[in-house]
Amino acid sequence: MAVEKTILMDGAGVKRALTRIAHEILERNRGVEDVVLVGIRSGGAFLADGIAEQISIIEGEPVQVGAVDITLYRDDCAGQLPHAPVGNTAIPFSLEAKKVILVDDVLYTGRTIRAAMDALMDFGRPSCIQLAVLIDRGHRELPIRADFVGRNVPTSLKENVQVVFDENNQPLEVVLEK
Amino acid sequence: MAEFKHKHIIALRDLSKDDIEMLLSSAESLREINSRDIKKVPTLRGKTIINLFYEASTRTRTSFEIAGKRLSADTVNITTSSSSATKGETLSDTALNLLAMKPDIIVMRHSVSGSHYYLADKVNCSIINAGDGAHEHPSQGLLDLLTMKDKFGRLDGLKVAIVGDITHSRVARSNIQGLTKMGSSVFLAGPPTMMPPGVERLGNVTVCSSMKEAIQDADVVMMLRIQQERQGKTLMPNAREYSRYFGLNPENLKLAKPNAMVMHPGPINRGVEMSSSTVDGDQSWILKQVENGVAVRMSMLYHVCGGEIE
Repeated sequence: MAVEKTILMDGAGVKRALTRIAHEILERNRGVEDVVLVGIRSGGAFLADGIAEQISIIEGEPVQVGAVDITLYRDDCAGQLPHAPVGNTAIPFSLEAKKVILVDDVLYTGRTIRAAMDALMDFGRPSCIQLAVLIDRGHRELPIRADFVGRNVPTSLKENVQVVFDENNQPLEVVLEK
Repeated sequence: MAEFKHKHIIALRDLSKDDIEMLLSSAESLREINSRDIKKVPTLRGKTIINLFYEASTRTRTSFEIAGKRLSADTVNITTSSSSATKGETLSDTALNLLAMKPDIIVMRHSVSGSHYYLADKVNCSIINAGDGAHEHPSQGLLDLLTMKDKFGRLDGLKVAIVGDITHSRVARSNIQGLTKMGSSVFLAGPPTMMPPGVERLGNVTVCSSMKEAIQDADVVMMLRIQQERQGKTLMPNAREYSRYFGLNPENLKLAKPNAMVMHPGPINRGVEMSSSTVDGDQSWILKQVENGVAVRMSMLYHVCGGEIE
């Protein structure tokens, strides 16, 4: 049976959502002071760059961006580790007493976010962590919620939501596969 | 994407180019952990690693132990002087007894070439070779490749000179296997008594008649230790004469490319295979090799835990 695909958002829609999230982050934190962004590889890292760009346009001030790879913090390692290479974690600044905005593309079970928060804690003690996601598709398995959401998409467990990026890591579209 | 599917890492000969690339790529990512304030990730929590060393080692054993600990594994060290081997227990009995304690990985160094293959047949945990006789030393080979890649950004097309006691060197063998797979060309030099016959058949390997010929225009000059514990007394007249023909000094280093890197697997016999000024000189990458050792061994431990039997 062929996979049925529905386009939930196009590239421009994703950009608009990121712009709104950027505004909301600034509103909540009253500016960019002590705010840093950390994207979860790979999709979240690209979106974090997009949000950072919007924030610097709005505020006229750059914001620091890092990327975290959660492979080493997965909770399914006890059985079999993944065979793929470990991705690069790059947080070239201190998180001590910073307001960290963790960015991911799709929020689902919450296990990735749990792993990413553990990774962040190993880099210091942030004053707070806030979560920004492009899509919240529900089905949480851990008590985690997003502070900033691009769009809530009710899904069934059989469906799959994917944020597609082009070769320049710019968001192309958001696809729901049945 | 390619997958790493080996349960054991015994020799670079057994690994494909993709396998080696993956081990190096993960090592590059894992390296970041070593510069954190909290140098630990939870990845191998609950895994037990036994470092079983039948031969002396400082760097390799410490490096494997630190690598395991930074990935949160429990590491136990056994050295011959403190083990039942001194009471006459055979390797296979020792291994079966250790196995009864349910380790996930045994990292072993042994003086007999191929002993790891023998052991791998008998146990159900992963085996990593930390050096077997004059066969291979894969973690050293990989860390050397990583160090060269750090400097040149590639391995393809490099000219690498390896000088010294090739016959007794497992470091040379692992490097030859790794480098030729990655597209480098290897030039060997050493006294004829220390040059194994037929070594050219291993791939893009040239045996040179003099050290000068080998290091001429080389990108990398790798010096090997004279292994006095492995060779008889007849292979070379004395250290001074060896040094004159096969020692690296600032003069003959000029034959290599101006930005050539100098490497040595350690421990160094200063004044024999290398003059002190080349060991401590600007072109020396020897301490970077040691630093990369931890990252490469973390990568090896990580990937054998994810691997499955072929």
